[in-house]
Amino acid sequence: MTAPLSQAEIASALSRWLPPGSVLTDPEDVRPFETDGLSAYRQLPYVVALPRTEAEVQAVLRYCHEAHIPVVARGSGTGLSGGALPHKDGVLLSLSRFMRILEIDPLARVARVQPGVRNLAISEAVAPYGLYYAPDPSSQIACSIGGNVAENSGGVHCLKYGLTVHNLVKVRAVTMAGEVVELGCDALDAAGYDFMALITGSEGLLAVVTEVTVKLLPKPQTAKAILAAFDDVTRAGNAVANIIAAGIIPAGLEMMDGPATRAAEAFVHADYPLSAEAVLICESDGTPEEVADEMARMQAILQSSGAIEIRYSQDEAQRLKFWAGRKAAFPAVGRLSPDYYCIDGTIPRRSLGSVLKRIYEMGREYGLEVANVFHAGDGNLHPLILFDAAKPGEFERTEAFAGQILELCVEVGGTITGEHGVGVEKINQMCVQFTPDELSMFHAVKAAFDPEGLLNPGKAVPTLHRCAEMGRMHVHHNALSHPELPRF
Amino acid sequence: MQTPLESLIDQVRAAHAAGTPLRLQGGDSKSFWVCAQAERTLDIRPYQGVVDYEPSELVLTVRAGTPLSEVEALLEAQGQMLAFEPPHYGPHATLGGTIACGLSGPRRAAAGSARDFVLGVRLIDGLGRDLSFGGQVIKNVAGFDLSRLMAGAFGSLGVITEVSLKVLPKPPFELTLEWVLQEAAALERMNQWGGQPLPVSATSFHNGRLRARLSGAEVAVRAAQARLGGEVVADGAAWWNALREQSAACFQTDKPLWRLAVKSSAPPLGLSGAVLTEWGGALRWVATDHAASQVQKAARDAGGHALLLRGGHPAAPRFGGLDPILAQIHRRLKHAFDPKGIFNPGLPGNF
Repeated sequence: MTAPLSQAEIASALSRWLPPGSVLTDPEDVRPFETDGLSAYRQLPYVVALPRTEAEVQAVLRYCHEAHIPVVARGSGTGLSGGALPHKDGVLLSLSRFMRILEIDPLARVARVQPGVRNLAISEAVAPYGLYYAPDPSSQIACSIGGNVAENSGGVHCLKYGLTVHNLVKVRAVTMAGEVVELGCDALDAAGYDFMALITGSEGLLAVVTEVTVKLLPKPQTAKAILAAFDDVTRAGNAVANIIAAGIIPAGLEMMDGPATRAAEAFVHADYPLSAEAVLICESDGTPEEVADEMARMQAILQSSGAIEIRYSQDEAQRLKFWAGRKAAFPAVGRLSPDYYCIDGTIPRRSLGSVLKRIYEMGREYGLEVANVFHAGDGNLHPLILFDAAKPGEFERTEAFAGQILELCVEVGGTITGEHGVGVEKINQMCVQFTPDELSMFHAVKAAFDPEGLLNPGKAVPTLHRCAEMGRMHVHHNALSHPELPRF
Repeated sequence: MQTPLESLIDQVRAAHAAGTPLRLQGGDSKSFWVCAQAERTLDIRPYQGVVDYEPSELVLTVRAGTPLSEVEALLEAQGQMLAFEPPHYGPHATLGGTIACGLSGPRRAAAGSARDFVLGVRLIDGLGRDLSFGGQVIKNVAGFDLSRLMAGAFGSLGVITEVSLKVLPKPPFELTLEWVLQEAAALERMNQWGGQPLPVSATSFHNGRLRARLSGAEVAVRAAQARLGGEVVADGAAWWNALREQSAACFQTDKPLWRLAVKSSAPPLGLSGAVLTEWGGALRWVATDHAASQVQKAARDAGGHALLLRGGHPAAPRFGGLDPILAQIHRRLKHAFDPKGIFNPGLPGNF
């Protein structure tokens, strides 16, 4: 092992390939990169590189590969699992200068864009053609498409329109060794193994994406929403099951429990029924005929499922108002408490009632309030734990509570993360969800792309050693006592 | 008494220990197309049955040896379907073989592919380890997506033993319409429809006739019909089934039959022997004596790739070549799952 290179040595090497102002080492310059959307985790990057072209990305990776320097790629930094947390001895590779929409092909319904382009900017650019890009994570005004590929981002319309992995055509990427690869192709399938499935959601561990071709869909002609209130969460959960069992795939199917509803109402005044223990928002989109048909059927099901109140959006303004509360649920909960912690488990829908009851019970045991928002259509539960980081021990208690909720999700047949990714945050719960043999397969797959393990090391997949050390009974303590230990 | 799964695991472990290649076989319905060269056969069929099916969850988990027809009958009884409309190529197809081959039918362009509906797999790797990836829920980003990777890997990465799939409600009403058109105009029309909010669930162009299937609520289908015009095809369902199974008369040819997956808007390919176009222009079938290299070049120039489905010289490569860097990653990936190369040697291609 050679002595680690100094910041100045790395910066001067990279400056041979990158234009002035593209390599940062000054603490003040690199501070904006110390955290992503999960601000509980912070680490100043050793060096930040801001390439503008694929050739520059290749140069940075080739150099880091040869010099054995870890690299963490970063898009807009809105991720919620610490996936873009810098490596203390590594290069933080920001793709923020890859801002161009390269090509829009309205006939083939695809757009070829650079990875730093914002999710919503794609839909805005193709709107004149009556098209849009379907996956809509809640951060869509800010998050980048490259980050969406890394995380396989979801959103509120996944049940009908799929996740990121269902809405991509191909990507160009650079391997850690600096080689350009093209994954997928312009057809609906490509020769060989399905690398599009592998790269999507790989959390920056396999390659650095430099170009993304996304699939575009025709904008639905119309969308309408129903707001239904229930006096019991289990009854609301059953209503969701009844809608799906009736053969309806709503465009959106969201649930908020009583605490989340009341927090949202106090914040945005969306006229939510305050006495409700659960509120459902059911959205239908499509042609006017489809929507009228589906709305009538959903109304009948909601009524027979015991809704205590049902409202329809009379116009677009009211539809948006129904959604305003849901979309503001996180900041609304944030107003009630100095801090909150968002969880991202997925469960089979049939377990919703029992899981929520267990979460409330655990909350009482931990002495912590919790509000729940739920992508009910696809079983993705976001419990928000309210806490005060200033009170000694409360963050640790919150993390323990969060870990226990994730283990509950696995116990009922679900998963520890539906759309936010594992990153650094849920790395210990990976030991609960997967066996050592399965984890070792993940490591082997990583090594097929990055044999030296230099791309985003320590994220997404824990070492077997770490799992053994945590012990399967104690992995819910997210807080690591020895953060300096290598985790990959 | 050994369970069927234990028996499969034992057979794989023995093959790994001895370094004996195995030909993975379900219903043997697709061996006319893809067939690994190996003396020993690993028969998956004993491991069959439904593990879990809750219609309101839209999730089905079955053992790989379960006949595809049985799975479809189960779903049909609940008004649901495998939305990727997989072909059977005979009565014995299994669900495991269907996913391993990654085959999708006429609804693919509208609904998604076999891979798109995979939520999780349980598999035996080349060391004989029993592994599970993905799960039984629609949203799941824990770990690399190794379950969708199995779709279209032709059993070369592992023995799929169980599959969880997302299923969808069957559309309550369907109707097939037809127009007489030239190929270029038909391709343009199919692509234009794709950009409009229309309930088009399948398209085909053959012999100067463009056909479209509309699916959904009857009011919505009727409204689209009024907008699109065209003639109603009386036996529409039979036509789409004949495409799905490649049993339509146009597929019955002595010439090598090629499947070209291309960019949907690519102009006519200019190869002689065009048979049929589907998937909104993205899938073109050609029966031709052209050299494999010429067919593959035409597919590449149109943004895609070509596969030889039937016929042709036995030595002709069925799958096009890969870029050397990608080929290297393919080899490493194969090695990660199957270090001794015991599963389906030669599949999914020589890289």
